[in-house]
Amino acid sequence: MASPTDTAEGAPRGQERPVAEEHRRGDETREAVIRGRGLTVGFGGPPVLENLDIDVWRGEILGVVGGSGTGKSVLLRTIIGLNRRQAGRVEIFDQDLDTLTPAARRRIGQRWGVLFQQGALFSSLTVLQNVAVPIREHLRLSDTLSDDLARLKIELVGLPAEAATKYPSELSGGMIKRAALARALALDPDIVFLDEPTAGLDPIGAANFDLLIRQLRDTLGLTVFMVTHDLDSLVTMTDRIVVLGNRKVLVDGTFRELRDVDHPWIQEYFNGIRASHYDLDKMETA
Amino acid sequence: MADETAERTSTGEADVVSDERRGLLRLTGEWTIATAERLEQRLVQALPSGAVGECVIDGEGITRLDTAGAWLIEATRRRYVAGDTRVVLQGFDSQAETLLKTVSNLLKEPLPRVRAEPVLKRFIVAVGRQAVDLGRDLVAITSLFGEFCATLVQIVLRRQSMRWPALFTQIDRVGLKAIPIIALMSFLIGMIIAQQGGFYLRTFGAEVYVIALVGVLVCREIGVLLTSIMVAGRSGSAMTAEIGSMKMREEIDALTVLGVSPTGVLVVPRLAALILTLPLLTLVSDLAALAGAWVVVVTYIGLPSDTFFQLLREAVTIDYVLIGLCKAPVMAATIGLVACAEGMKVAGSAESLGLHTTISVVKGIFAVIVMDGIFAIVLASLEI
Repeated sequence: MASPTDTAEGAPRGQERPVAEEHRRGDETREAVIRGRGLTVGFGGPPVLENLDIDVWRGEILGVVGGSGTGKSVLLRTIIGLNRRQAGRVEIFDQDLDTLTPAARRRIGQRWGVLFQQGALFSSLTVLQNVAVPIREHLRLSDTLSDDLARLKIELVGLPAEAATKYPSELSGGMIKRAALARALALDPDIVFLDEPTAGLDPIGAANFDLLIRQLRDTLGLTVFMVTHDLDSLVTMTDRIVVLGNRKVLVDGTFRELRDVDHPWIQEYFNGIRASHYDLDKMETA
Repeated sequence: MADETAERTSTGEADVVSDERRGLLRLTGEWTIATAERLEQRLVQALPSGAVGECVIDGEGITRLDTAGAWLIEATRRRYVAGDTRVVLQGFDSQAETLLKTVSNLLKEPLPRVRAEPVLKRFIVAVGRQAVDLGRDLVAITSLFGEFCATLVQIVLRRQSMRWPALFTQIDRVGLKAIPIIALMSFLIGMIIAQQGGFYLRTFGAEVYVIALVGVLVCREIGVLLTSIMVAGRSGSAMTAEIGSMKMREEIDALTVLGVSPTGVLVVPRLAALILTLPLLTLVSDLAALAGAWVVVVTYIGLPSDTFFQLLREAVTIDYVLIGLCKAPVMAATIGLVACAEGMKVAGSAESLGLHTTISVVKGIFAVIVMDGIFAIVLASLEI
């Protein structure tokens, strides 16, 4: 984190700044479910991420923002182990992903769910079968129960019951996102990773999606790691926002805190034309 | 829910204790998806067999609850309610209650089951569908061929430009790069025909006729047939997969919207490359097969090399070679049209892409053999 471009507030660790004044679990000692240290990732050329540190606390909704090409999706993929990294360590639930036995790695796979940008639904399976895949692969439940649980998740994410028997190619973009979320939630994971969950949804669909994720966090106690560009999502959903830039975490804080950070890109992002109309005081009392 | 941070793996003895006389189910431990397997069985064992007036489900002992656990409880509640039993839920903390309430609003209707049709009806439907599909295929291929010809005319009239780079790339891919495998395969087949023919003809002392046999067979039938089958498998499948995946990702639609004809961009260069290169590949195949035959005739049958060439020249007139070469463009068009038409039929899924690629090869090879049969009949009636 000792980069000259870092702003004064830019040290999320070391000095224990209260992340959100009224953090949901502020009374507990914060527990990091994901801990990344010194992450360096590159694809041949100059590194996309260099010596990046990140923590995700249990039960929070963390938004990750940054300009195009700053490695938001790369960071997500690195944490879940899809990208090779040149240096650094990722710990999830205090377990180092590199040193895990295959069986332990499989157990971790049951505790997280990933919503890919394009949904990544298996195109040869119906929605119901897609959502049932994690359940059938990891558990030995009766057919009725696993079908019921899959259908439960499908309805939980707000898809109509008829959607269960459809194939991904027959669904609209918003429905694909929801179906993919249902699959990500199939095993009642502790963490969900969302890669641009509301991109390509209409404002109503996006708002409903935000609401849904917040509700699920509140009822299921999820931890949410969300890469997004959607200012509405950032304002209404996130407990904390991490800004990526210059190959590392520039700064983290709530939306309100980030508005006061003296950094040209952050100023433009959080106080620019599209963001300036958010009246946070009004929104909080509403 | 008291211990949120408890490790999920440490199963806190999830269980159901039933007290049938008082109609009480006491739930304990972690009710999560990890314990659902065991809980499902325990619930079946614990449910009272006869009707009970009222049942109390007590969740005070639950340490952790997720949607799977909540659904198990809700499903149990519904089973009781269906049996005219009143159910009281007690002892759940507020978070568990929210979860139970959420779950109780879901899954109200059973999954619509699709009833299986009778076997006979399914058979007739399948046959009918195949027939209709065959008709549609013929229409699709014919109209694609029409578009191809129309585009060619436009190109000749200079109303459209030929995409030369694409054409040369395709010629390189389907023609040049196919030479080694086609030459090797034909060489071996030529050897096999000469060896087998020689072996049987020798019993009559007529082994010299093996040269005429190989020469006529290869130049008239085998050369072009082998080449076509190889190209259908090798290039036809690639074309279907390329066009199919472009179709899947709406690239074809993008071309159409840009006002560019997908036929002109994708089909014409591929088809033209096939039509131009297949005769040449056929010639390569003919020569390689004859070379193979020559090796066997000289080494295995033991005839001198001069005799081989003399007899070959007598047996194989230029007509035979030309007949073989005439077939090649027709075979090429057949393979290319089938491959491109199948590619255009690919729908949204990866499965569909695989299916159509397979179909493309199977249909391509089948069509090539049918075409060869038609040629045989036509040529025989023309007495060539």
